[in-house]
Amino acid sequence: MKKPPVPLLQNGVRADGRAPDQMREVKISVGVVSNADGSAMVSYGTTTAVAAVYGPREMHPRHLSLPDRGVMRVRYHMAPFSTKDERKSPTPSRREIEISKVLREALEPAIVLEQYPRSRIDVFVEILQADGSTRVASLTAASLALADAGIYMRDLVIGVSVGLVDGTVVLDLNGLEDQYGEGDLPVGYMPNLKRFTLLQLDGAWTREAFLQALNLAVRGAEYVYQIARDALKTKYMSIAEEIYGR
Amino acid sequence: MYFVTPRQLIFPGDVIATTDSKVEGPVYVDNGRYRSLVVGLVEFREDGVVVVPLEGTYKPKKGDVVVGYVTDVLATGWEIDVRSFMPAYLPVSEALHRHVDLETTPLTTFLNVGDVVIAKVKDVDLTDEYPIILTLKEERVGKVESGTVVEITPVKVPRLIGKRGSMLNTLMEVGCDIIVGQNGRVWIRCRDTRDEVFLATLVRKIEAESHVMGLTDRIRAEVEKYKTQRQQGAV
Amino acid sequence: MASISPYGKRFISYLRREQIRKLLATKYRIDGRGPDQIRDVEIKTGVVKTADGSAEVRLGKTHVVAGVKVGLGQPFPDAPDEGVLVVNAEVLPHASPYTEVGPPDESAIELARVVDRGIRHCGYVDFKKLAVEGGKAYVLWIDLYVINDDGNLVDAANLASVAALKNTQLPTAVKDDAGAVKLDRNNRSPLPVEAAKAPVAVSVGKIGNVLFLDPTFEEELSLDGRITFTFSEDRIVAAQKTLGSFTQAELETALNLAQKGREKFLETLKSVI
Repeated sequence: MKKPPVPLLQNGVRADGRAPDQMREVKISVGVVSNADGSAMVSYGTTTAVAAVYGPREMHPRHLSLPDRGVMRVRYHMAPFSTKDERKSPTPSRREIEISKVLREALEPAIVLEQYPRSRIDVFVEILQADGSTRVASLTAASLALADAGIYMRDLVIGVSVGLVDGTVVLDLNGLEDQYGEGDLPVGYMPNLKRFTLLQLDGAWTREAFLQALNLAVRGAEYVYQIARDALKTKYMSIAEEIYGR
Repeated sequence: MYFVTPRQLIFPGDVIATTDSKVEGPVYVDNGRYRSLVVGLVEFREDGVVVVPLEGTYKPKKGDVVVGYVTDVLATGWEIDVRSFMPAYLPVSEALHRHVDLETTPLTTFLNVGDVVIAKVKDVDLTDEYPIILTLKEERVGKVESGTVVEITPVKVPRLIGKRGSMLNTLMEVGCDIIVGQNGRVWIRCRDTRDEVFLATLVRKIEAESHVMGLTDRIRAEVEKYKTQRQQGAV
Repeated sequence: MASISPYGKRFISYLRREQIRKLLATKYRIDGRGPDQIRDVEIKTGVVKTADGSAEVRLGKTHVVAGVKVGLGQPFPDAPDEGVLVVNAEVLPHASPYTEVGPPDESAIELARVVDRGIRHCGYVDFKKLAVEGGKAYVLWIDLYVINDDGNLVDAANLASVAALKNTQLPTAVKDDAGAVKLDRNNRSPLPVEAAKAPVAVSVGKIGNVLFLDPTFEEELSLDGRITFTFSEDRIVAAQKTLGSFTQAELETALNLAQKGREKFLETLKSVI
């Protein structure tokens, strides 16, 4: 592995001061794109993703629509200015194409597509700032945007990343740890149904480290889930009071 | 057995009750429990618990009155935008009371793209080519030639109508025609355009502010004030 | 660009899907296999004489060819002393009634990237040995061609890549009269690979509660879930969940099952590498 510019882990403390099982600061807000049917902005540290949902709406072309359920269109894209150093070309890269597929497959199990025959549900996620864990931040943002749009969902899907740094399993990789660490395991988890809908792995993991990583991922997802609930509460508590304010 | 309390805010996946309880609204069954499908409020009613979604697009039901925009003229009817997941269809047979020879009379004579109609949902059948079928063959529906249409989120329509129509009745005191579409579009027509502008502002106020208690009284006060000012010619 | 739900493009009748599901519940599959059985695997190397290395794999009726071409190029800026690996995959229009003519779609891109991840860091190829003087490096282009898709492309493609790399003869890098570095294809040496570290990808499918190895094309159309694990020595070097959702317990079961599958693939792979 390449050598990082600073030691990633020293005496159980990570380069940015975190403990191995600590997330960066998580900020979530819902309803940030007024034209969209649903939207959310999620930040893990400086990594920031904005998701907008349009739908359900008519599916064009008709021959790609389905008579008994809706079709999802998911796009993950990184803004050219989102990466450190060099500008990233706006042309969709193979990585963005793969991640769009991975995100779609992470959201589909949670959505009751049978409720929306012949329609499509568009999910657009843009990374404004990238500092590791972009796809999992995107997943959280996308699922909140879908809930914000009122799309029927069996559960929210929360994304967190787990990694291997100097042989230690750590939660929420930042850019440095992603680049120089020994392994990367992004995860998407439904907190109520307790099921994983996104799981990828890169690096070299022992079986024990892998199983440990799953446990840490669940804890991390449950932590972010509470913040997500609070964000939804903030938006909706006022609406709830409206309906009961007779 | 219920796991929720009255007026509780719930989220997708939250457990509401065991399946032997009575629960209505967007929920699903998982391992003997009802779970919510949406962000919503739990209302306890006499005969069970209802989940009221707080957001969502308009879901058409048979019998709904809707305000729609004609978006296309087809061979034997019109396509109408009713703010739902699919455009609705108004067949010629549901629009006109007399037989029309389609060979000689183009459909655009009756309704053209951009026209506004108030219609009733005749049927919703998801297996059909056009799932939402409208009709104009009812009272108080038809093509609209004048007035204003205000859009609010469909979830707030019950609030706009009020308990037993109380809010709507207050608005009607301004003396205009008002029809509230279940799809969140409100049609207002007054003899004086200034009245239309005033009512449109009130509708938006109701949508934005109704979380503060006593909204009906506040709206009533606004209406009284407006009526007085109008009488005095000060408006 | 967006990823669109693929339903509707590939068709399987309800009856067939139900048949697969019911049989599986009794731990049998339509081709008679048990859940932990892999189809017959055949690996042949050196099948494409014009390539610098090649292999073909038949996994049941799935047929994949991997061709390696060695080039000379610039190393990545963050790894200036290492060779470069590029993996590309195409599912040819031949491969099934559903594959269209056109550039690689998201599934082909995913296939290439999963195979790439398995090879890149496991040490099977020591990329440090592939630096070339003058600040250049060897570039290993692996092109995967799916000729017939009867399911489980990723396991087959991975085997083909590993075998093709073993089969690769590196042209020697020489300086010509002008002092520029070039490749001499008349002068070759085998690409050094560490057989003990060969990465093996194993896919696990899920229908209902039953997990099974090596899904066929029809089984793939009926899947409720799918995950692939790639192993090298005692490590997991790649994982990719594609379809559906898994509980933590299911993930562990899938991992165990995949490890079993790996043993079976290694038996065949060992004879080639």
